[in-house]
Amino acid sequence: MNIGVLIPLILFLIAIFAIGFIASKQMGSGGSFLQDYFLGGRELGGFVLAMTMVATYGSASSFLGGPGTAYTVGFGWALLAMTQVVTGYFVLLVLGKKFAILSRRYDAVTMIDFLKARYNSPAVAILSAIAIIVFLFSAMTAQWVGGGRLIESLTGLSYTSALFIFAISVLVYVTIGGFRAVALTDAVQGAIMIVGTLILLIGVIIAGGGIPAIMQDLLNENPRLVTPFGADGSLTAAYVSSFWILVGVGVVGLPQMVIRTMSYKSSRAMHRALAIGTIVTGFIMLNMHLIGIFARPVLPGIEVGDKVIPLIALEVLPPWLAGIVLAAPMAAIMSTVDSLLLLVSSAIVKDVYLNFIKPDAPEKRVKMLSFGITGVLGIIVFLLALQPPDLLIFLNLFAFGGLEAAFIWPIVLGLYWKHGNKYGALLSMLTGIGSYIAIHFYNQEYGNLLGVHTVTLPVVLSLLAYLIGSLAVKREPFQF
Amino acid sequence: MRPDTPKSPNAPQPNQYKQDPRFKTAHKEAWIGVALAIFNFIWWFGFAYGLGGRPVEEYTYILGLPDWFFWSCVVGFILMSLITVVLAKFVLTDMPLDDDPAYHPNPPNFHDQKGPNS
Repeated sequence: MNIGVLIPLILFLIAIFAIGFIASKQMGSGGSFLQDYFLGGRELGGFVLAMTMVATYGSASSFLGGPGTAYTVGFGWALLAMTQVVTGYFVLLVLGKKFAILSRRYDAVTMIDFLKARYNSPAVAILSAIAIIVFLFSAMTAQWVGGGRLIESLTGLSYTSALFIFAISVLVYVTIGGFRAVALTDAVQGAIMIVGTLILLIGVIIAGGGIPAIMQDLLNENPRLVTPFGADGSLTAAYVSSFWILVGVGVVGLPQMVIRTMSYKSSRAMHRALAIGTIVTGFIMLNMHLIGIFARPVLPGIEVGDKVIPLIALEVLPPWLAGIVLAAPMAAIMSTVDSLLLLVSSAIVKDVYLNFIKPDAPEKRVKMLSFGITGVLGIIVFLLALQPPDLLIFLNLFAFGGLEAAFIWPIVLGLYWKHGNKYGALLSMLTGIGSYIAIHFYNQEYGNLLGVHTVTLPVVLSLLAYLIGSLAVKREPFQF
Repeated sequence: MRPDTPKSPNAPQPNQYKQDPRFKTAHKEAWIGVALAIFNFIWWFGFAYGLGGRPVEEYTYILGLPDWFFWSCVVGFILMSLITVVLAKFVLTDMPLDDDPAYHPNPPNFHDQKGPNS
């Protein structure tokens, strides 16, 4: 394995460690430990907020899977990926200031704190905590497997040692630094993603002899590669458009995004993050998928989609530059798992332990427990990722779509509709998760119902469930 | 919550029965988000399938990219970026997020790690 590729990657890991330590030093400078550890003391500025949203959301699939599919399918997949531009402004604008104001008023540190205060129902809190712990834990494990595989393919180490390196790096800075470390490393990782994307795009265009030449090669190979309908013509407008829900507006229901919309310092920070987030998301998505497409004539015949980006980077760039660029997918994976890790840990410490087991636990105990649970969770994930059990892979399939279907209406309508109540929220969550799983199996068996992505119908059904539940049982307007 | 500080006698008391005046602005801004997403969708969809639905031979190329993709995704993205910059600078309202700022004074070293632009 090439030493030139490794050095930038190692430097990257060292920088991330350093940030974790700096963040841990700043902890305890004010406010309560819980606010600090799980929410960074609500003091994120515009730039860090934007970057942590982009980096958390931009996962392995944006950097490895997505461009790999674009390599196979062509421009249709890049069109699909661009539905994500909406997340840059939609989540912040829609949850917006009302969510920030209310979460401060309720002293909410987690998404469940908000739901609990809004619906005044232990059942809602328990169901949400279970959903978050089960689904996000599975999603996290899957991402660790991705991180391990990436290091394995870059370094030639065995999968176990690669995963070990990955696990140690993430665990150290998340456990000691908490949310602030996560947000700060996300900012660095986001910057690496931008620079890496730009370098790789230029490298690929040069290697392909300019965009017109690449386009001609694509047309010669298969004209459908440059249409919106995919290499085999199977991408329909309905299917591609339904991704507006899965990766666009539906993201409003994802706990890891929701938690960020209550962490910013001021309304000015939010305004700035809105613009920066849109620009950065669009830039990364557009360029990474173009790289995937442009890589096809340069390096034909790659069978495994996930390998397109590593292989093309090693092909068109000098080794040290490839090392910098390949830190980008690693950054993307790390910045996703670190937030998921913290979120599952907060669900256990804050939402289960402090809510239901020992509400009056002393601060010192909470502190020990937060560090402990975060660390232990990480170790469990590491052990599971060594040989992922089928159940975990199975649950991971439902993680994002299922959580969106479960939480989008209890969050959004809970925020803006005073007649929403706990019956609606409970019915909506159960309907969302249940119908998502049911439709998933139906689609696997018979092809996509109505030709749209699995998440579409559950989001509609859970809206109906929310309205029915809220209006049918007991109508009582909520005083915000 | 901190004990009372000297400068808070006239701090507004949160009223349980009247809507927080900040919510009116917040509601308006949430609707802006929804409107923007709808506009974004129409632009994206219209150019992608309007121009992209033609036979491939009729495509023209802008900066080397197929025209439908250029208008839908490249121009669409630049347009949305410009709109959000304008929103952030001129449209959205600055407001305090704490209910009573006097009760939440920022401890002295709270601000030493802001983002570069904040």
